[in-house]
Amino acid sequence: MIKFFLMVNKQGQTRLSRYYEHVEINKRTMLEAEIIKNCLSRSKDQCSFIEYKDFKLVYRQYAALFVVVGINETENEMAVYELIHNFVEVLDKYFSRVVSETLNLL
Amino acid sequence: AGGRSGRSLTPWPGQQEKLIQQELTSLKATVSAPTTTLRLMKECMVRLIYCEMLGYESSFGYIHAIKLAQQGNLLEKRVGYLAVSLFLHENHELLLLLVNTVVKDLQSTNLVEVCMALTVVSQIFPREMIPAVLPLIEDKLQHSKEIIRRKAVQALYKFYLIAPNQVQHIHDKFRKALCDRDAGVMAASLHIYLQMIKENSSGYKDLTGSFVTILKQVVGGKLPIDFNYHSVPAPWLQIQLLRILGLLGKDDPRTSELMYDVLDESLRRAEINHNITYAILFECVQTIYTIYPKSELLEKAAKCIGKFVLSPKINLKYLGLKALTYVIQQDPNLALQHQMTIIECLDHPDPIIKRETLELLYRITNGQNVIVIVQKMLDYLKESKEEYAIINLVGKIAELWFIQTMNAVFSVGGDVVHPDIPNNFLRLLAEGFDDRKEDDQLRMYAVQSYLALLEEEDALYPQKFLQVMSWVLGEYSSLVTDVDPEVILTKLHSLLKKTVITSETKMWIMAAVTKIASHASCSKIVDKLIQEFSNSLDTCMRQYAFELKHLCEDKALMRNLLPFDGSCNDMVVDASLSFLDGFVAEGLGRGAAPYKPHHQRQEEKLSQEKALNFEPYGLSFVSSVSSSGVTGRQSPTGLSFGSDTSGNSAETGHKETNTLKLEGVRRLWGKEGYLPKKENKVGKENEPQTVSCGSLLAGQMGDPPALRSDQVASLSEEDKEKQQLASTLFIGLGSNAGVSLMGKADTATQKFKRKSKINETQSSEEASDFQDSAASDFGPLLDTVPINMEDCEGNIRTRLRKASLCSSDIVEDNLAFETPQSLKKSGPDDRLPDIRLSQSSLFADSNIEIFQPSRNAQSESASKTPLVPCLSEELEELTHSEVVELCQSDALALYLCKVWTDDSLLLIVFVSNKTTSALNAVNLVFEEAEHFQSTTYQFPVIEAQNVERCQKRVWMDKICTQGILSGSVNYQSEMETRLEFSITLSLVDFIRPMEMTTEDFGKLWLSLSNDVKQNIKMSSSQDSLSATLSTLQQKLKLHIVDIIGNEGILACQLLPSVPCLLHCRTHSGMLALWFRSPCSALPDGLLYQCQKVMEES
Repeated sequence: MIKFFLMVNKQGQTRLSRYYEHVEINKRTMLEAEIIKNCLSRSKDQCSFIEYKDFKLVYRQYAALFVVVGINETENEMAVYELIHNFVEVLDKYFSRVVSETLNLL
Repeated sequence: AGGRSGRSLTPWPGQQEKLIQQELTSLKATVSAPTTTLRLMKECMVRLIYCEMLGYESSFGYIHAIKLAQQGNLLEKRVGYLAVSLFLHENHELLLLLVNTVVKDLQSTNLVEVCMALTVVSQIFPREMIPAVLPLIEDKLQHSKEIIRRKAVQALYKFYLIAPNQVQHIHDKFRKALCDRDAGVMAASLHIYLQMIKENSSGYKDLTGSFVTILKQVVGGKLPIDFNYHSVPAPWLQIQLLRILGLLGKDDPRTSELMYDVLDESLRRAEINHNITYAILFECVQTIYTIYPKSELLEKAAKCIGKFVLSPKINLKYLGLKALTYVIQQDPNLALQHQMTIIECLDHPDPIIKRETLELLYRITNGQNVIVIVQKMLDYLKESKEEYAIINLVGKIAELWFIQTMNAVFSVGGDVVHPDIPNNFLRLLAEGFDDRKEDDQLRMYAVQSYLALLEEEDALYPQKFLQVMSWVLGEYSSLVTDVDPEVILTKLHSLLKKTVITSETKMWIMAAVTKIASHASCSKIVDKLIQEFSNSLDTCMRQYAFELKHLCEDKALMRNLLPFDGSCNDMVVDASLSFLDGFVAEGLGRGAAPYKPHHQRQEEKLSQEKALNFEPYGLSFVSSVSSSGVTGRQSPTGLSFGSDTSGNSAETGHKETNTLKLEGVRRLWGKEGYLPKKENKVGKENEPQTVSCGSLLAGQMGDPPALRSDQVASLSEEDKEKQQLASTLFIGLGSNAGVSLMGKADTATQKFKRKSKINETQSSEEASDFQDSAASDFGPLLDTVPINMEDCEGNIRTRLRKASLCSSDIVEDNLAFETPQSLKKSGPDDRLPDIRLSQSSLFADSNIEIFQPSRNAQSESASKTPLVPCLSEELEELTHSEVVELCQSDALALYLCKVWTDDSLLLIVFVSNKTTSALNAVNLVFEEAEHFQSTTYQFPVIEAQNVERCQKRVWMDKICTQGILSGSVNYQSEMETRLEFSITLSLVDFIRPMEMTTEDFGKLWLSLSNDVKQNIKMSSSQDSLSATLSTLQQKLKLHIVDIIGNEGILACQLLPSVPCLLHCRTHSGMLALWFRSPCSALPDGLLYQCQKVMEES
């Protein structure tokens, strides 16, 4: 199950967030800060799946933007990893200019 | 505030905060102003959403979001709904205000409005209001627009998740959705099915065909091209379907059968190298290992896992490890194949990979590698800083380490451990730690490991260990929900009946039974137990049985008396005995003495307490053990934890094996010296592979005879280290050595073990020769038909009968020639001593004792062998001697066949009636001898030309080279006739090969003290070492562990489990034999057998 879907830039600013399980707002910001710290600390040759607390994070980096998905253990990490890309491709289809700018400039 | 401080990464945090606060203030004013238009409100909502995303709560706007959804035009409504679904949560009180809007929009003629309403319902909806919209949504399932149908299905899925009962009546409609002509609707319905099948797979087996068809169509590219992702058709849909199939096919051969094809095709189609196909492959592999296995598919799946694990792509490697972790429980050999990769991953720079590897190792932990694995986990812990990971891992270590170590301590320490140790252990378990969930896990783990240990039929555990087991089972077995309490009770019951159990232990077991009975409803076993022990000679047992009986009659009292996990509750004792006031008053009223001196009153109190003691729970010393531990009092029963070591040599041997293994592992872990490389521990079908290995013996004990390996030298240091690590980690995975304390049953190895014993080939000539002779032998018995023995089964202890014999020999399923040649094949049986041979040899005292009556006298099917009585099919598969005649008269013939089962010697005696009329009252008696009870079997009648069969299980209790079992059979024909017979049992009958690796051998060797050395001259025909050893292997059932140069090592065990190791070296025509065993008599006995074999060959 997907718990949340995040887009965060390298500066740690949330660009998009969607929670599928209720999380209180002040906890969200803390969570996001920790998550982005976790993602930033990893190098490109490390695995894109992180175990975080009692769930897993699957992340994918597009230029300065990280897309991070929180999932529970029933999910297939690779499928989610590709789902992220699918999402980005869809964004690109709808808002092609915006996306390329977002990805390159942020 | 905490949230904002977390945004330290933001460039100008102060500035942003100020800006947002300003914005919020102005928004607050705007939304509450009555003049604000809906259009402006929409704008405000978007801004509020953004503020919330940045972490600033804007609850003042929530109500306006709902209003906007209610009142706005399409676009405004859309934003209103969106804001609502983002702002509110399931239980938010404002959500109720949305219901009316949703109902209205669902009835709208505008499709977009309907869609929006359905969307919001599938995201967020108050559970108690479901009935208000359910009929409307159900109607939408028939809507002409597929997007409406799809959204309706999604909304129903949401309802199913939050209130499954409410949608029960529309299951049929789900089926329709599954078959919808639009793939999107079908895909949406899969979510519901996945969920429902997870909860109850048996209810949806009939849909298997549909799912298979759908998957076939998807895989075959029949879906609209929009579903493709990088030219892979609907990958996420495929994954969903594969999961469903896995759930359906689990443990169900028939259903699994239906999906083999499509799984094969999925594997094949997913060959393009793209991440998404890896995701599908991963799912395929999991499904293949979940459903009823098919070897072909398993092979492909294993190959696939191999590809993943070896991949340089890190994500793929992760996936491979995850898959490996999953499949490893089914097939530990796969871990062996990839052991070097696993070792590498253990030191991988990425901690995630490391962690996954530890997870994998956790699954393969057994008694032999636990130390190394726990060490690895601890290493990881030291590096890890993340709190959650630490908690998780510590829990695992505690599970593995604590319970297993204590298991080891108890079984090794046996009855001499200090009484405090089990007490403290139980106290720890009962008091637990801070986390309730973890405690329960630990307890469950303990229960499971004990159940597995008790699974071992013939294992003998120290009394103290059994007591601990009973206590834990009694207290916590109800935590394990998937085990029927009846099963546990049966196990405890059978323990109670064993004679080796001391009465003290029986008390513990009885207490456990009582506790289990208190939360089981009613149990046949309990009733039986009450019946059995109500007449017990042991007063304590009788007392317990009565208590149990009365408690069973009053369940409420019982539950009250035996609360779950009540062992830690302090019992409040009413010291003033106020509850007796009424009684006292009454007594006084009747003129009883009004005053009692102080000391007398105390006495009375004491006696009251004693009386209380007879109530099971109060008295149950089981529970009081922990409490006594707490208070430091002596256990009320004054449990004499003294030694009642059984002195059973077999048991000792067993214990020693365990100790050794653990110690051995530790030693391996040490830094000094390298240890041999191990290639593949799994004994392959026929022979364990010869292991290239360094000399353990030499390495660790100086100059004694040793095996050398050149290969070791050629390995680089690093490799060696890894190999060494591998060998310690994967020890016990494939091999069959010893009883794992984890109690993880390993069926695969069992299978290997049995096969390895089997004669590999026999010349068909031999077989046909024998067939001829057999045919003539059996001539007179052509019509004998085995009789059903079931009726005499009740009192069987040992039952010998004469019979016509059937020669059957090792019949193995994998002997190709055997099928056509059919029925019987001689048992020249190279490797097993011929029974006649042993008859001719010296007879010694009989030292054989029956341990266990055989229960499986079975009816033989008449159709199977009309000519000859022969072994039942299952026995036929085991190695056995040919059937020999024991004695015969005109009317009766007695035949014997020895079956060398893995755990005992089984004597099968056939009694054959050669006459044409029935024989009445046939009695078979085994004479009483030393260590041997007399047993009698009666066959009320044996029909004409019929054969009856009985079997007796025998172990050797005191070691001797040979023993005689004598007996007689009498029957009534014209006059009473009596026939005598005797059966010779040789030491070799009780020897079984012991499979182990060279390393295990080395470890064991060092720990054994009883030495016997002897040089034997070799005849010219045996000049090569390997030939000699294979002779020994065949004749004595020794297992060749390794041969290097002119040295060889062999291992065997005396049943039940006394190991004996043999080291052989040839030099100038002499064979130097060196035996070691924990039992002093065994090496002598084996040496004698070896000499005999060598002389004969």
